[in-house]
Amino acid sequence: MRVKALKAAFPLTVPICMGFLFLGASYGMLMGTKGFSFVWPMCMSAFIFAGSMEFVTVNLLLSAFNPLAAFLLALMVNARHLFYGLSMLSKFKGLGWKRPYLIYGMCDETFAINSSARIPQDVDRGWFYLWVTLFNQSYWVVGATVGGLIGSHLQFNTEGLEFVLTALFLVIFLDQWLGGKHHERLSAVIGVLASLICLVIFGADDFMIPALVAMLVLFMALRPYLDTLKPETQTETDDTVINHTEAHQQ
Amino acid sequence: MTMTIWQGVITVAVVAFGTILTRFLPFIVFPESKEPPRVIDYLGSVLPYAMTGLLVVYALRNTPILTGSHGIPELIACAVIVLLHWWKRNMLLSIASGTIVYMLLVQLVF
Repeated sequence: MRVKALKAAFPLTVPICMGFLFLGASYGMLMGTKGFSFVWPMCMSAFIFAGSMEFVTVNLLLSAFNPLAAFLLALMVNARHLFYGLSMLSKFKGLGWKRPYLIYGMCDETFAINSSARIPQDVDRGWFYLWVTLFNQSYWVVGATVGGLIGSHLQFNTEGLEFVLTALFLVIFLDQWLGGKHHERLSAVIGVLASLICLVIFGADDFMIPALVAMLVLFMALRPYLDTLKPETQTETDDTVINHTEAHQQ
Repeated sequence: MTMTIWQGVITVAVVAFGTILTRFLPFIVFPESKEPPRVIDYLGSVLPYAMTGLLVVYALRNTPILTGSHGIPELIACAVIVLLHWWKRNMLLSIASGTIVYMLLVQLVF
């Protein structure tokens, strides 16, 4: 059961392996060049395991000690996880001891695979999700640790290396855009415009929460339009209800 | 690092806790035994696209438009990523090329 799920899961994580080793190493090297021991990126990549937040935390560690601000920033930067969770509520049902780890390890890329994968009938769903999550986290921790080990001994100019994160977000955005339909692109446009307008009004340090609120308001206002354009969501919900009823009958 | 080791450890622990909270909260609010409201399904279907858009803006939020380089290195690097990704659709290639172009621009040109 485990081996079969592993064979189904591993190939899907190979692109993420390359991406995470590269990005994780960039992050580890960044910390190394700022004077941190490799233990810092190793522990942070394992315990925080949220790429963007780890980059942000490097700056937090280099400024004045303020745990409350750090906590609030973590909530704000990671507020998107709330919506990953909402999307996986039904898929993670009934997975027992694996469930807490699946939730803990749900980074952007793991969510992307686990939420979209067509798992074959004869493959165990729980083990499939578990392998994807575990592989992806391992790549990231190994990359960050190796990067941290190299970083402090590296003699090349790393100015601009931080841009790797901007590049990652832009590429994920482009992937969604190119693979998306009309209403999905409209959702993306709403996200960009709400963020840009809030950035201009509130400034770089305070725009995240107003932008999230603005998006929620816009999506609720546009629900009649965006929701009716998504018949597949309706079907999905119906399926879930049916599965749920079946589960009850069993 | 300007902090002491323990202040650093506390900062990392607090950030980890905040991150864990954002991941677990939906599952705590809507436990396995309950069916979430329809509106939650709707938001779950549209928000991921908007969130990535927000992250792109977030990553570029400190770009100096009116001073210094006027954001030209960011603009060129982003253009390289868009064109390359449109053409090849290779995540790693797009990310690596864009980053290298940006690093060359800020180190050698601007």
